[in-house]
Amino acid sequence: MSFWNDPLKVAADWLMGIFTGWGMPEIAAQILIGFLGVLMLISLLMVLDIFLVWVERKVVSRFQDRIGPNRVGPFGLIQPFADIIKLLIKEDTTPGGADKVVYNIAPMLSMMSVLILWAVVPLAPRIIGVDLNIGALYIIAAGAIGTLSIIMAGWSSNNKFALIGAFRQVAVMVSFEIPMLAVLLIPTIFAGSMGLNAIIEKQDIWFFFFAPLGALIFLIAAIAELGRAPFDMAEGESELVAGYNTEYSGMKFGMFYAGELLHAFTFGGFWSILFFGGYRFFGLEQVSAFLAIAVIIFKAFVGYWIIMWVKYTLMRIRIDHMLGFNWKFLTPLSFTLLMVVALMNALLAGTPILIYTSGMFLSNIVLGWIALEMARSYSRKEREKVEGMKKVVTTSRSTL
Amino acid sequence: MSQWIYIGLFFIVGLIIPVGAITVAWILGPKKANSIKKSTYECGIETVGDSWVQFKAQYYIFALVFLVFDVETVFLFPWAVKLGSLGLFAVVEGILFILILIAGLVYTWRKGMLEWA
Repeated sequence: MSFWNDPLKVAADWLMGIFTGWGMPEIAAQILIGFLGVLMLISLLMVLDIFLVWVERKVVSRFQDRIGPNRVGPFGLIQPFADIIKLLIKEDTTPGGADKVVYNIAPMLSMMSVLILWAVVPLAPRIIGVDLNIGALYIIAAGAIGTLSIIMAGWSSNNKFALIGAFRQVAVMVSFEIPMLAVLLIPTIFAGSMGLNAIIEKQDIWFFFFAPLGALIFLIAAIAELGRAPFDMAEGESELVAGYNTEYSGMKFGMFYAGELLHAFTFGGFWSILFFGGYRFFGLEQVSAFLAIAVIIFKAFVGYWIIMWVKYTLMRIRIDHMLGFNWKFLTPLSFTLLMVVALMNALLAGTPILIYTSGMFLSNIVLGWIALEMARSYSRKEREKVEGMKKVVTTSRSTL
Repeated sequence: MSQWIYIGLFFIVGLIIPVGAITVAWILGPKKANSIKKSTYECGIETVGDSWVQFKAQYYIFALVFLVFDVETVFLFPWAVKLGSLGLFAVVEGILFILILIAGLVYTWRKGMLEWA
């Protein structure tokens, strides 16, 4: 067991020797080492978060045919640090009628809900905060705290725009968690475990090839949970000023902003863990733990980039359309997919891996195609109804 | 040591970082509040009435459907974990369970409760 394979264990043993040498009881030393490890991980995450601000600004400017930040440092790399200094020295205003306690807790919860998600993210074969055996459920539970913080912010601001934003976020939360939960069951079925490390270890073939439709539904539900476009009615800057964080300024606004970016990155990571093999990449993870971390960060960035790509390509959709899309399309589809996967998994059990994979893949594609055809015929019917009405209007005008 | 101590450590450190950042900003930033600055920002128009109103009743129906699905999906997780060793019988039983769940959704849909307006 060398430093390159298991750096965390080597470092922990070294620290353990030092602390017990000082006469510290073993349990206290263990908790202190755990605390230092958590502090290191979260500090690195905050540094990454600062970098994400730069990535986000640079990528959105490229999507909109601009150059983006390019004055402060090479390629504008120092820009986010300038932003932070500015946020730190800005006045922190609180609206007079606000519920002060809830108003101040909300931005902290927003950041915390994202940071605690990383407790279950496996970064390398033996580098994981906590290998919870209910990791998949923990993602949902911890992610819901983020939504709670948005509701708290919107409610406590005593501002109508913020309140409408919070109302909409409630609707999104109670809708899109259902397909996400249903789709989370699919990697659970394949791996036979809810622990994220076990799910990654089972992926000799990426679960994406077993359930491509499941991966797509997870991405859509994750984007909705994150409240990013096209499901960002909670912010809706063209109608609601800034939505739930209208009244926030200074570092409290910064917490919401940084939390949102890190949340998107985290869900890019979860997407890669559940469907794209996490830290595994052709045995690279066995060479060195640092390579494994590089692989999972790269995959998370790809997921994050796809989420950004969707955000800056699609328009915001209306709330009734969004709820209809979820309850009448995504929820039945995800549960049908769950049934198909469970059935195919039982029928194809014991067959060679090639037949198993192609059977799973084809059943997913066929199901997706049937669902799309049904949606298409429904929308054609609706369109004909609307166009028929228009025709009546035009003829009545021409006769006048 | 229990795994949940680590989860607790994540909660503590996850709170310390944002609390620290906000406190530093509070120390560094100017504090010159006045009544106009503290007024509610609603595009420069004077606020009319109270913001703390009742939620729309429609949310109630969605929340009920959500609750049913949420609780029943939690029942499905143990089923999914053990599916590999249980065989075809358990799969059929699970499918029956999901079908009953979907029947509830179809009922809500036919009653017109999934419409927003």
